Amino acid sequence: MTLTQADIDGELAEIRAGHEKARAAGAPAAHHPPRDFPPYRSSLLRHPKQPLVAVHGDPETVELSGPVFGRTDVTELDHDLTRQHAGEPLGERITVSGRLLDRAGRPVRGQLVELWQANASGRYAHRRDQHPAPLDPNFTGVGRVLTGDDGSYRFTTIKPGAYPWRNHENAWRPAHIHFSLFGSAFTQRLVTQMYFPGDPLLAYDPILQSVTDDAARARLVAAYDHSLSRPERSLGYRWDIVLDGPCATWIEEGR
Amino acid sequence: MTYLPPTPSHTVGPFYGYALPFPGGGDVAPRERSDAITLHGYVYDGAGEPVPDALVEFWQADPGGSVAGAPGSMRRDPVTGGFLGRDGVAFTGFGRVPTDADGHYAVRTLPPGAPAVPYISVCVFARGLTHHLFTRAYLAEGPDALLASLTPERRATLIARPEPHRTHRFDIRLQGEEETVFLDFA
Ligand SMILES: [Fe+3]
Repeated sequence: MTLTQADIDGELAEIRAGHEKARAAGAPAAHHPPRDFPPYRSSLLRHPKQPLVAVHGDPETVELSGPVFGRTDVTELDHDLTRQHAGEPLGERITVSGRLLDRAGRPVRGQLVELWQANASGRYAHRRDQHPAPLDPNFTGVGRVLTGDDGSYRFTTIKPGAYPWRNHENAWRPAHIHFSLFGSAFTQRLVTQMYFPGDPLLAYDPILQSVTDDAARARLVAAYDHSLSRPERSLGYRWDIVLDGPCATWIEEGR
Repeated sequence: MTYLPPTPSHTVGPFYGYALPFPGGGDVAPRERSDAITLHGYVYDGAGEPVPDALVEFWQADPGGSVAGAPGSMRRDPVTGGFLGRDGVAFTGFGRVPTDADGHYAVRTLPPGAPAVPYISVCVFARGLTHHLFTRAYLAEGPDALLASLTPERRATLIARPEPHRTHRFDIRLQGEEETVFLDFA
């Protein structure tokens, strides 16, 4: 039987109602998606069924520290995805900028931010992407940058296109940029996706909707920011990122 | 003090393969080190099938027990933009390896000098996994708070099995019988 968008919408509505009911009964907001999320079919066999085992950090806990990166790990052009080839890529040039913070609001300094994305037509420069949309010889869609002293990062890229996938019939991913972030501790590691405001596909996407809490989901959508737009050049989007998880300095402070 | 709400996690998806893995990602041990060890294994799903599109990351103390780490895991060439690989001398403590078509990964590293019961911290990403999973590959058994808190069956999933030639086998089962113990640091 073909799984339709209506089927998925029904499952999503039921899960959201469940979360709202739990919230009304006093449950805390679910900041992260459940790993068991049936509307995203690939999650079915890939989530643990045993509860996670809590590790209470002591100073010996290796995960309270984390990998470090430096200027040898990035090049000058890595943050500008529109200048990595001989010609200009097709599409709407954008600037994406924001700050990388921990939950205490402190900037994460000198850390590696990686991103990857589809081109303006919704095609990845990946061998296994079967979407019959054109590749762009002037766009690979991979960027890296180190955060500044205030935790800030900035990329110049092009707005990615939506693309179809096989989760259900007529499934389309909204335009999104994949991000990979490191904090000052391995426990703060984060891989996520950034979306664009006003995208009509947001409501239909089981991956975005796997974040069941409305406020949490909204944090994945960047804001158009005219002050980041550059004349004759690019449109600006602001997206701040807050890393979850403890780090060594929190443990020292007895959080 | 109020804490900022965190940015939610998302799956790494199917197409990270041309973006996140890098040449030498699994060569954490500097070249020419005769004391290097190999940690390897398979990632399996709940049906027992290998997971060919997982990304596994490793973080650990150096042989002296320091967790300060070092930059240079993914050194780049400022002229061509390509990867230079690690410098062959420094130990950065960080590894990143995609699973192959058989769901297999391998990382060549140095034995961690800390903690007392040494382990390599492992972080698993995959298509279909909405939020990464942490686990630990223990290279020995001994008095350890986490190991002590588990039943023998569950504990066994965290012990990397010694094999010949300084090699340790550590399989990761995302679901099902012998499901790996995954960790919550919150
Ligand atoms: Fe994508």
